[in-house]
Amino acid sequence: MRRFDLATPNSLDECLKLLAERGPETKLVAGGTDLLVQMKNGLLKPARVIDLSGIADLRVLAPDDGRGLRVGAAVTARRLELDATVRARYAALGESGALVGSVQVRNLATVGGNICNAAPSADMAPPLVALEAEAVIAGPSGRRRVPVASFFTGVRRTVLGPDELLLEFAVPAPGPRSGGSYLRHTPRRELDIAIVGVASQITLTDGVCAKARIALAAVAPTPVRATAAEQSLEGQRLTPERIEQAAALAVETARPISDQRGSAEYRRHLVRVLTRRTLTTALARASA
Amino acid sequence: MAKQILSFTVNDEPVDVLVQPYLTLLDALREDLGLTGPKEGCGTGDCGACTVHLDGQPVASCLVLALQARGRSVRTIEGLAGAAELHPLQDAFVRHGVPQCGFCIPGVLMAAAAVLAETPTPTEEEIRYGIAGNLCRCTGYTKMIAAITEVAAQGAKR
Repeated sequence: MRRFDLATPNSLDECLKLLAERGPETKLVAGGTDLLVQMKNGLLKPARVIDLSGIADLRVLAPDDGRGLRVGAAVTARRLELDATVRARYAALGESGALVGSVQVRNLATVGGNICNAAPSADMAPPLVALEAEAVIAGPSGRRRVPVASFFTGVRRTVLGPDELLLEFAVPAPGPRSGGSYLRHTPRRELDIAIVGVASQITLTDGVCAKARIALAAVAPTPVRATAAEQSLEGQRLTPERIEQAAALAVETARPISDQRGSAEYRRHLVRVLTRRTLTTALARASA
Repeated sequence: MAKQILSFTVNDEPVDVLVQPYLTLLDALREDLGLTGPKEGCGTGDCGACTVHLDGQPVASCLVLALQARGRSVRTIEGLAGAAELHPLQDAFVRHGVPQCGFCIPGVLMAAAAVLAETPTPTEEEIRYGIAGNLCRCTGYTKMIAAITEVAAQGAKR
């Protein structure tokens, strides 16, 4: 790893001041499970690193006055995996936390890091997109909110400015009769990167699908919503046939590449399978 | 790039040590504190040989910057047992002949101890899930699981 200076702010204000200085090329570190690997590989060579572990505000995981859930940027994958509220009401997000790396990595890896690294395969992105979460961003001129669906601008690129910091996610409460699910496929069962990830979130009213959200990972430069598939479900009773039809429409949204982990054709196949499975699980959970 | 003081707790002892800001917790434990139980296998969080407990939770110490441990409590394999006797997991690993080359064992023991701390009577699936982040290049997983299962059963009896 190339040598760097480390700043260790103990508050948000202190951190924002450091970012505003526009000093040497700077990277923020939370869990470090992506960043340090990229630095050790020589892909990133920041002259300065700012450690976020001293900022308690970033670790909030709490209800937001009944409106939903606040998920601090430095909440770990392991906390999402184990938190009772997340598991019960935001199941897709909890499932994505449980799938990242090993327990040794999940105790470090953070949801903010997963999103800010902006890998196309980021596991926590599809659940946050399907749950219509917003990213709360702090900067020199105050705070702004960006839907997670618009947060990514390309492979490893986001809307975050160099003087900004991702604070937390505001996740709206899914209504009653809602259910969600996240699944991914990896060549190995553990410790691998998704070749496709799919999150589905549906809400029922009187047995009819009032709202459907489907988000795909690793099939485009950024996570994408399968809007045609969503629209095919809304206003309908969800039968296996309708779900299969939606899964086929989701494939149309995917623009996968072929790489060493899987061919584009295989990825399209997986989009269909995982969309069907996550919708089926989401329906079962919404009906429960 | 001046060294900075790292004040933290290691194996229940308060420690102050000057560390370079670009070193990992694993580097500081091994190079500055002489605790060579945690090993560097891959350096990228894939093998688990560097597993230590940070505030009671197992982490890959090769992916933690040393200064990120400031004010926190670290336990390494050297602090798993009391001074005089082996930890029940260590004892079971010896009796079952688990270590072959031995390189992965400190990390496996720390991961196993974390499993039992959280789930005193784990299923085999829970044991396997808990040590899924630990690679054994000798492939000695069967005996590991037998040893951990035995300790869990003893704990259940007590």
